[in-house]
Amino acid sequence: MKVYSTLKDIQTDLYAGSITCRQLVEFYLKNIEEKNNTLNAFLSVFDQEALEKADEIDAKIKAGTAKKLAGMVLGIKDLLCYKDHTSQAGSRILDGFESQFTATAVQRVIDEDAIIIGRQNCDEFGMGSTNENSAFGPCLNAVGENRVAGGSSGGSAVAVQADMCLASLGTDTGGSVRMPAGFCGLVGLKPTYTRVSRWGLIAYASSFDCIGPITKSVEDAAILLEIIAGKDEQDSTVSNEKVPEYTAFQTEKKTYKIGYLKEAVESEGLQPEVKAATLAKLAYLKAQGHEVEAVDFPLIKYFLPTYYTLTTAEASSNLSRFDGVRYGHRSTEATDLMSLYKKSRFEGFGKETRKRIMLGTFVLSASYYDAYYTKAQKIRRLIKEFTDNLLTEYDFLVCPTTPTTAYKLGEKTADPIQMYLGDLFTVQANVVGLPAISIPNGLDNDGMPIGFQIMAGAFEEAELLTFAQLIS
Amino acid sequence: MAFYYLCILKFEILPSVNQEIRDKYEVVIGLEVHAQLQTESKIFAADAASFGASPNTHISPITLGHPGTLPKLNKKAVEFAMRMGIACNSQITENQYFDRKNYFYPDLPKGYQITQDKTPICMGGGVHVKLSTGEKTVRFHHIHLEEDAGKSLHTDGSSDSLLDYNRAGTPLIEMVTEPEIKSAEEAATFMTEVRKLVRYLGICDGNMEEGSLRCDVNISVMPVGSKVFGTKVEIKNMNSMRFIQKAIEYEIVRQIDAVENNEKIIQETRSFDPATGRTSGMREKESMNDYRYFPEPDLVPLVISEEWLSSVKEQMPALPWELFEKFTKEYGLPAYDANVLTDSREVAEYFEATCQFTKNYKAVSNWIMGTVKSYLNDHNLEIGQLSVTPEQLAQLIQLVDDGKVSNSTASQQIFPEMIADNAKTPLQIAEAKNLIQQSNTDTLQTLVDEVLANNSAKVKEYKNGKKGLLSMFMGEIMKKSKGSADPKVTTALLQKTLENL
Repeated sequence: MKVYSTLKDIQTDLYAGSITCRQLVEFYLKNIEEKNNTLNAFLSVFDQEALEKADEIDAKIKAGTAKKLAGMVLGIKDLLCYKDHTSQAGSRILDGFESQFTATAVQRVIDEDAIIIGRQNCDEFGMGSTNENSAFGPCLNAVGENRVAGGSSGGSAVAVQADMCLASLGTDTGGSVRMPAGFCGLVGLKPTYTRVSRWGLIAYASSFDCIGPITKSVEDAAILLEIIAGKDEQDSTVSNEKVPEYTAFQTEKKTYKIGYLKEAVESEGLQPEVKAATLAKLAYLKAQGHEVEAVDFPLIKYFLPTYYTLTTAEASSNLSRFDGVRYGHRSTEATDLMSLYKKSRFEGFGKETRKRIMLGTFVLSASYYDAYYTKAQKIRRLIKEFTDNLLTEYDFLVCPTTPTTAYKLGEKTADPIQMYLGDLFTVQANVVGLPAISIPNGLDNDGMPIGFQIMAGAFEEAELLTFAQLIS
Repeated sequence: MAFYYLCILKFEILPSVNQEIRDKYEVVIGLEVHAQLQTESKIFAADAASFGASPNTHISPITLGHPGTLPKLNKKAVEFAMRMGIACNSQITENQYFDRKNYFYPDLPKGYQITQDKTPICMGGGVHVKLSTGEKTVRFHHIHLEEDAGKSLHTDGSSDSLLDYNRAGTPLIEMVTEPEIKSAEEAATFMTEVRKLVRYLGICDGNMEEGSLRCDVNISVMPVGSKVFGTKVEIKNMNSMRFIQKAIEYEIVRQIDAVENNEKIIQETRSFDPATGRTSGMREKESMNDYRYFPEPDLVPLVISEEWLSSVKEQMPALPWELFEKFTKEYGLPAYDANVLTDSREVAEYFEATCQFTKNYKAVSNWIMGTVKSYLNDHNLEIGQLSVTPEQLAQLIQLVDDGKVSNSTASQQIFPEMIADNAKTPLQIAEAKNLIQQSNTDTLQTLVDEVLANNSAKVKEYKNGKKGLLSMFMGEIMKKSKGSADPKVTTALLQKTLENL
């Protein structure tokens, strides 16, 4: 079967009758069967369900009643709840847990006739940049040898990259959609914070977490966002802002004013090919008539400390519910309440998760609260004000998605600082709650994909997607 | 159970200090009162918030803290808290947010409690109390909204704990007083007023036994005149007025005794054992918790607009002191009556409803405080369960006022019949039972003349000054009328007839 990159092409053929949904699902299932053992992108495959749903939608297509996402075969990250299906957040602590409800974003794509093909590997609770922190083992990049997928939505990216599904829904707390998209040569979109309901998103850091699509095309990212975005009774933090027609790709502007982060593009730590590809993209933009300027961002050195202080603080609280009392893993060694907590949590959580829980507990503790948590909140506000100001002057802020292409497996695990530095360019969007997209920007000398990140003002996804489409 | 407690109390010798020593110390008490708000659903979930359901039947994924769930604020709970604040003259906070209070306990599903640490919904205000030593206002530091936890049940002889999450997520207000309560009496009076108020406001059933209203007591002692508070001790989860008083009394003596003996008072959490009447220290860990409060990111800030506040103010029910004013001024009742009638909202409402049908307000008050109350007490009923309607009670009062029946006949014979047969009016009952007093002077005159004619010798004696015979004539007339003669009218008629002879 032809390898599809957009839903539009699929639907053209579906409606022409040259393919069926069942054939599509069979095609993806075959790829999963062939590749998943090596790549480890899927944790569960809903093969029978997917095939039944495919027949149902084939019938709807014939009857002319199929909805917008007919023909979209989709995978979901293990951080998204799906009723009566296992949801484990890549963690042993949720062993045996099945969700009793479906995440709003997942329900909305199902309601539009998307087919959910399986549950995808990720770093435990979204805590990681390589997918090496999964309790189910790392997910590998489909390109190169022993290269990481990126994280935390590694399985979601590789599944698309290796044609195991057309698109995925991932989650992005500090770059977890954009980074693996960049590492795998795909499009990864993190919407504005509060654009998409978090109901059914297993929380890592509530004031940062966002659900976002990973796709092969900007077009499909737009289609998915259009469906998952908007008000939700279940999540009171969701914005009332109207959801525009992202798929229209309409803009009055012919040229844009673009700022690139000088500190990022000129950084010493940038892999030469990444730097070259980024500069080439900037040159291309200029050549297209856009205004391109370097902007200083002196607060860049505070991005990571702010991000890790606040996300670990929230995580330490969000993950308290996993105590072995009501669901998930309970240690068989426990002798009393305290040992039930300690042993269940020690056995259930991986090393990185335990580290972040301890770090978060520390920054929230009475003696250090003001020195860390309060200070980080203040800096978060400063970074937000600074970024918002820049975005009144510039339409977009751009930089490479990551300083390097995908690492070798295990390359960074020994040095957490180096590992965290990989998130330097992506965390800003989460710290300030703005939308950002990663689009493919060529390959390095080893053939590994390079990502280019574009960030826009709050709720300016329409412009962001239009611009991304324009320059892809 | 009660018997068991009594036996132990009898042999328990509680510590004591003499009055002279006691007078050297000032007691400082602050209360943290928890009131469960009687909203239909929980504060952050749609599950029913009700007492007494089978264990774990009101437990949605939100209540159980399942991964992926988010809280959704129940506006009704906010309005109930606002009512309390408005009634207590507190400042209602315009911009609020919720905080997470982090601690591990099996009955706390999320590992944190959603509460208000930095921006309580109400600031200041207070409750007026009448004490044996005078009147005062016990001021609130603040009132905040939060969610209740579930319940752990420990069964005897088993190391297992059983958990019931029905209560988890029930809305609570915590009312924190300033440390200015001076005695056990004051604490109990304050609690009684708070219970009355929450019931008036319809925000909490005030049932202490079921735990809908409970309090933690913070208590310390210091030498009279000192500006520095002594070390405070917290007594947790008091769910009876009697226990509150006993625990405070015990703790005052224990603390004074300790200070007198140069013993250090440890800042700790203690629990009160009703069986022994003593308090004892709980594990020290409990008081060493670092709750790591931080703003709840899953909820948007809560903004109380002017319009919202006004609409809640408009819907406020009448408050006990407002009714007291009204009852003394508009209805002209003595303060004593007004106090008794406003003790509960239902009684006050019954009074006012009855006053819609009669102008004899004092009689209504007498009836409610007398016959009605004692009937309710005898049968262990609330006024809401009374079958006699306010209109019927007013009809009965009218019957007395019209001189058709005497007061005692009304309360002893007609009222019980009205309860037994709700379909009949008081008049119908009186007629059926032949209880209508004769005030027809023609019939009465005949009776008077008859009696006087039959007793001509006694009439002479009367005329010669033996005025005491009047009651003898009256008795004869009453006998003849079979008790239906109106005593007032008859006496007047009799005297007149005798004079004219």
